[in-house]
Amino acid sequence: MTTSHSSAPEGARSAALTARRSRGTKVRRQRVKAAWLFLTPMLIALALVAGWPLFRTFFLSFTDASLSDLGTANFIGFENYLVHDNGRWFGILADSVWWQSVWNTVYFSVVSVSLEVVFGVIVALILNAEFKGRTIVRAAVLIPWAIPTIVSAQMWAWMLNDQFGIINHMLMGIGVIDDPIAWTASATYSMWAVIMVDVWKTIPFVALLVLAALQMLPKDCYEAAEVDGIHPVRVFFKVTLPLITPALMVAVIFRLLDALRVFDVIYVLTSNSTSTMSMSVYARQQLVEFQDVGYGSAASTLLFLIIALATIAYIYAGRKQLQLGGDA
Amino acid sequence: MKKTLLTTAIALASATGGISQAQAADLTISCGAVGAELTLCEEGIEAWEEKTGHEVDVVSTPNSSTERLSLYQQILSANSSDIDVMQIDVVWPGLLANHLLDLREVLGDDAAAGHFETIVTNNTIDDRLVAMPWFTDAGVLYYREDLLEKHGHDVPTTWQELTETAREIKQAEREAGNDRMQGYVFQGRAYEGLTVNALEWVASHGGGNVVEADGEVSINNAQAAEALDLAASWIGDISPNGVLNYTEEEARGVFQGGNAVFMRNWPYAWSLAQSDNSDVRDKVGVTQLPAGGEDGESAAGLGGWNLAVSRYTEKPELAADLVAFLTSEEEQKRRAIQASYNPTIDALYQDEEVLDAVPFFGTLYETFTNAVARPSAPTGDAYGRVSNAFFSASHEVLSGTKDGAQAVEDLENELLRLKRRNW
Repeated sequence: MTTSHSSAPEGARSAALTARRSRGTKVRRQRVKAAWLFLTPMLIALALVAGWPLFRTFFLSFTDASLSDLGTANFIGFENYLVHDNGRWFGILADSVWWQSVWNTVYFSVVSVSLEVVFGVIVALILNAEFKGRTIVRAAVLIPWAIPTIVSAQMWAWMLNDQFGIINHMLMGIGVIDDPIAWTASATYSMWAVIMVDVWKTIPFVALLVLAALQMLPKDCYEAAEVDGIHPVRVFFKVTLPLITPALMVAVIFRLLDALRVFDVIYVLTSNSTSTMSMSVYARQQLVEFQDVGYGSAASTLLFLIIALATIAYIYAGRKQLQLGGDA
Repeated sequence: MKKTLLTTAIALASATGGISQAQAADLTISCGAVGAELTLCEEGIEAWEEKTGHEVDVVSTPNSSTERLSLYQQILSANSSDIDVMQIDVVWPGLLANHLLDLREVLGDDAAAGHFETIVTNNTIDDRLVAMPWFTDAGVLYYREDLLEKHGHDVPTTWQELTETAREIKQAEREAGNDRMQGYVFQGRAYEGLTVNALEWVASHGGGNVVEADGEVSINNAQAAEALDLAASWIGDISPNGVLNYTEEEARGVFQGGNAVFMRNWPYAWSLAQSDNSDVRDKVGVTQLPAGGEDGESAAGLGGWNLAVSRYTEKPELAADLVAFLTSEEEQKRRAIQASYNPTIDALYQDEEVLDAVPFFGTLYETFTNAVARPSAPTGDAYGRVSNAFFSASHEVLSGTKDGAQAVEDLENELLRLKRRNW
């Protein structure tokens, strides 16, 4: 609310101010009401399509429900998570395959998101430069992001095939390797193959967000830096990077959430192999292939908790950083 | 006839098994699509359509039997009537029995007369015949007659002989300029097919059947460890590294392209290898799988597929009639002659026309009748987990992350845990 300059005496002015303020709270109250009114349908929809299934998953994780007969589930407490029986530990938390899949997921997320951020920024800087045919390149860069993952993963699976894959063909052609490499089959390479496909796919997404931030940067900083003769690399780290950090934060959190629940790219490229199994692949296997809805729900619940914790930690760290770095 | 192509993508996405299609047809059947399966299935259905005047939709399912089972379980657990007739694997009757119709109720008590007794028993759960035998399967060894002759080798009878022969021929062929030649291809992907392959290695070395008929976990023994170690030694030597991700069709692709000396596969690959566009036409021989060492014996993993009717179908009589037609002697004979699918009817193994088309149905008759079953009977509902534990352990040995002895010990622990919980 702006206060206008008036030449009225003090008393009248303050009276007018209080009236205006009370009117302001009234307006504000109406606005809050209207806001809730508009939000309610969305909240109800969310409760139905997200809240209810989530709650049901929590509930099922404490039962021994089976997919072949959901009706006859018994409540078994924490047995799906951890139970001590005949001197041995049972349950997910005692399952080495689960921990392997947690580790795989974390490794995949950290490595792929880091690579995506680095390459995404590089691509965005290139696209931000003035050159002929820039619009066409910008559109073309989006193609990997536009193709459904299940399709692009299958394309890569064929390209990475050890016998007829084009990747091996090219590498052997230029003499980098002598024998074809089984990219998606060997325990050594398969995780890297998955990471590479994911990076290829999501660079455009990061680049797009960063590019949007780059377009809004004030030109005068750069002109000043140029006049002062500061090295471009230093300008990037001192000026550009701090200014695009908020956009990068958004990109990272989106990518991190996606990466932690990754399923399709891993399943298509390497199916249920334990060397690349993610938490989602593990949960699906328990739920669908082993019919164990209780156990699978417990895995899904843990996955949910891990993602929620990662999100909270990230947002908290981001807030702290922003407060330290002043207003952004 | 309308076709809905059901890709893996849809299989993954249709969590409720909702397969969208026009509900115009009277029945929906799901057929496999490995090799010439789908074509044959469609021809059989067309014949039935002409005979009865009804219309049938064909849905093709994922090639990997592991994925196919997941899809069926989703559809059936939703009590959906989307698919009336299903092609089910020989190890599934126990898993799916609750959802399947007793065919004897509809087709009469002698519905399965003339079919192999072992398969009928396998498909009978709690005195209910839940599936009709359609074709049986046993692992066989394909070899290149021309290459063995050229390099002066006999057909190997033990795994050790196979390893040496494959290595020598592969090297000789590569030196002669054939860069892509491989010695041996099989199914090494972490899925049901590897369970069968690994069971064949273990059983042929005298290492038992993973879980014995009485439910005893027998995998932790020296012969089993030795068998897995031998298989692991093939990777990167006579087998390409990529074999760790091969299913039946990838292995056939390499062999049929003329790039492998030996292949382990099911009989269906025979007629495809002999087809007009095959690079190895008239160069292929088929024999029983090798034995493990001097005192081992050959072991062929039992496979095969059956036709079952979903309990949730709206037209049980019609669906059962289609099943009876497709599994009849006449139709099985056609499938044997055209595409080398093993009949489940004993009489057809003495049929001249069948033996002309597929000579090894005669020479390997013993192999087909004595094939080694996967431990689905003793483990019941837990079979999916048992198989998964076994193929994962085998895959770890093949990819070199564990040695055989360690793997079978860990696997025993895992199976005992499963046993305590599930069977």
